[in-house]
Amino acid sequence: MTRVAVLAGGRSPEREVSLRSGHRVSSALRARGHDAILVDPSEGPFVETLSAATVSACYVALHGKEGEDGTVQRLLELLDLPYTGTRAGACQRAFDKVLAKEALDDADVPTPPWAVVEVAALRDLAAGPILHRIAQRLGLPLVVKPSRAGSAMGLSFVEREPDLPHAVMNALSFSDAAIVERRIDGPEVAAGVVAGLDALPLVEIVPKDGVFDYAARYTPGATEYFAPARLSPEVAEACRRSAARAVEALDLRDVARIDLMVDGDGLPWVIDVNVSPGMTDTSLLPMAALAGGVGFEDLCDRILELAMARA
Amino acid sequence: MAEFTVDPYAERYARRAAGMSVSEVRALFAVASRPDVVSLAGGMPYVQGLPAEHVLEVVESVLLEHPDVALQYGGGQGSALLRERLTMLMAEEGTAADPEDLVVTTGAQQALDLVGKVLIDPGDEIVVEAPAYVGALSAFSAYEPRFVQVELDDEGMIVERLEEALVRGARPKFVYTVPNFHNPAGVTMSRERRERLVALCREAHIPIVEDNPYGLLRFDGDPEPTLHSMDPKNVIYLGTVSKVFSPGVRVGWAVAEPGVLQRLVLAKEAADLCGSNLNMLITERYLAGDRWRTTLAGLVSTYHARRDAMLQALDEHFPADATWTIPSGGFYVWVTLPDYFDSANLLAAAVERKVAYVPGTAFYPDGRGRERMRLAFCYPSEERIGEGVRRLGELLSDEEDLYRSLSG
Repeated sequence: MTRVAVLAGGRSPEREVSLRSGHRVSSALRARGHDAILVDPSEGPFVETLSAATVSACYVALHGKEGEDGTVQRLLELLDLPYTGTRAGACQRAFDKVLAKEALDDADVPTPPWAVVEVAALRDLAAGPILHRIAQRLGLPLVVKPSRAGSAMGLSFVEREPDLPHAVMNALSFSDAAIVERRIDGPEVAAGVVAGLDALPLVEIVPKDGVFDYAARYTPGATEYFAPARLSPEVAEACRRSAARAVEALDLRDVARIDLMVDGDGLPWVIDVNVSPGMTDTSLLPMAALAGGVGFEDLCDRILELAMARA
Repeated sequence: MAEFTVDPYAERYARRAAGMSVSEVRALFAVASRPDVVSLAGGMPYVQGLPAEHVLEVVESVLLEHPDVALQYGGGQGSALLRERLTMLMAEEGTAADPEDLVVTTGAQQALDLVGKVLIDPGDEIVVEAPAYVGALSAFSAYEPRFVQVELDDEGMIVERLEEALVRGARPKFVYTVPNFHNPAGVTMSRERRERLVALCREAHIPIVEDNPYGLLRFDGDPEPTLHSMDPKNVIYLGTVSKVFSPGVRVGWAVAEPGVLQRLVLAKEAADLCGSNLNMLITERYLAGDRWRTTLAGLVSTYHARRDAMLQALDEHFPADATWTIPSGGFYVWVTLPDYFDSANLLAAAVERKVAYVPGTAFYPDGRGRERMRLAFCYPSEERIGEGVRRLGELLSDEEDLYRSLSG
């Protein structure tokens, strides 16, 4: 029996979500005969715990900073422990929405036009008046989000320019830079990608209150999901292609979730990439897998195998 | 094509449960409970201040002398001896009550739920203070009332506003108030307001639900009479031992007129048959004799010193245009910031800087309170309080710079 550490918890605002993901993943792996132990990197000495536990691989079920920005991955690389998911350097780029959007742009993967507002620019350079130019250049409505955070935390929609400063301050509570992005109107879909599996069905997201915010994500019943998404075969194919190109452009490994908005012309825009997609009971990747005939235990087992193969 | 139902019960929930949802703020508290975060958020009594040997003695004697009772079911109303002790606690504040008119509940929180169950029909108006104790809002919400919010100031609920609401046609089932050391506002209702509220409600035939968890935790000034002592027939009184002894034993109570009391007892039995005999015996024993008084005096002086530490730190570290209440007892200081601050959004940044508080929005049923925050001084040491307030002050000052730049 192989012993694996499922890393979950951490100290990001997504701690609770991660713990839920971690518990589900460890039960699934245990059911598949692995000796899975849950390790919270924020509790006790992380490096010593991992070394003492003699694990042969790590399943990364951390969300948010540290777990998705490459910090934990770098430690695991130094410990020579194979781990699930994307390499440290690529994590760092994918988790930072500024760097990720630049990489997508360079690879000609459509992502909504955007601008960055940094805390330092506002505080040290008194760059506040730039917001007006941003609003003019991008055009309303806008989406404002922290450059480095997940689960839609700190995200707001801006219909009127006077609301922009508040939305920026809100995002800056979570990160030292805010992304202001043109809001694409249309169905929102999530593309789950697992190496070695055929393309999974897209999941269409229909929040009952119209906004896929934190509550809509994690309150069962607050959002309706359709899998496969109710899109024409051509549009669905275009979404999958965009997702695949995003995975390539960002050098994502093993598993990822790409979130897209489909505009009125059927063009998909990548709005977010996740190197450690949620694995909770309301999460999108497990839903996509299930719709594609892959149960939760199979999914976790498959992802773990990818890491074990690198041992 | 399949519609994915994450929750197979989604279409089956009762209306009262439909509004229950998770939130970012809740998620942030999961991080805020870590030891390196100075939490000014939770209102946890300082139970470390209880003498362990006394508690141990009490628990031991209960199990040695009455194991058959302690481990058995009990009556729905609670034992006569405990009820007598609880009325004695009320007498400490000059409130006379008959143990026969008292039902022991699982914390005062259950009493709030039972009051809601017995008095609120869907759509009924009930009056709450703005801000109001968040636990009362959630307990009552399950019975689908419409909240009529009445502002408070340094003298407690502004009774004239209640009069105005009544003139405008409000017909509340009852008025809910925390007159002493309000949660979250920290303020205490003045004598004049008490008299006016009691007279107004008597005249308009609106019962008052008086929630008094902190009354015995007074640091300075003279105690005001409880509303119940001013009009026992029209006031349902809620008490708890959570702050004078331990919230872990979950012992609270309600005192009401016989008709209401009977329904509260029946509702209590329907909810959980009876309270925990073990915990009730422990509480009754703990409150026997005079040792608890000495312990309480010690706790009060600890809270007093912590309040002073918080007020001093606020003076030192908070923005000049912020204001806060000065509680003469209890657990909380209520801070009002300039209105460009959004305390709900700011919580993430605060937790990042290792300090936590409760955003003002928690205490209003309608999303107000973004520029306010509740700071609890009951649990952390004076030193930690100073450090927490310093971190928070630094954050607010940075946020102010940001705002100035954005509003250029």
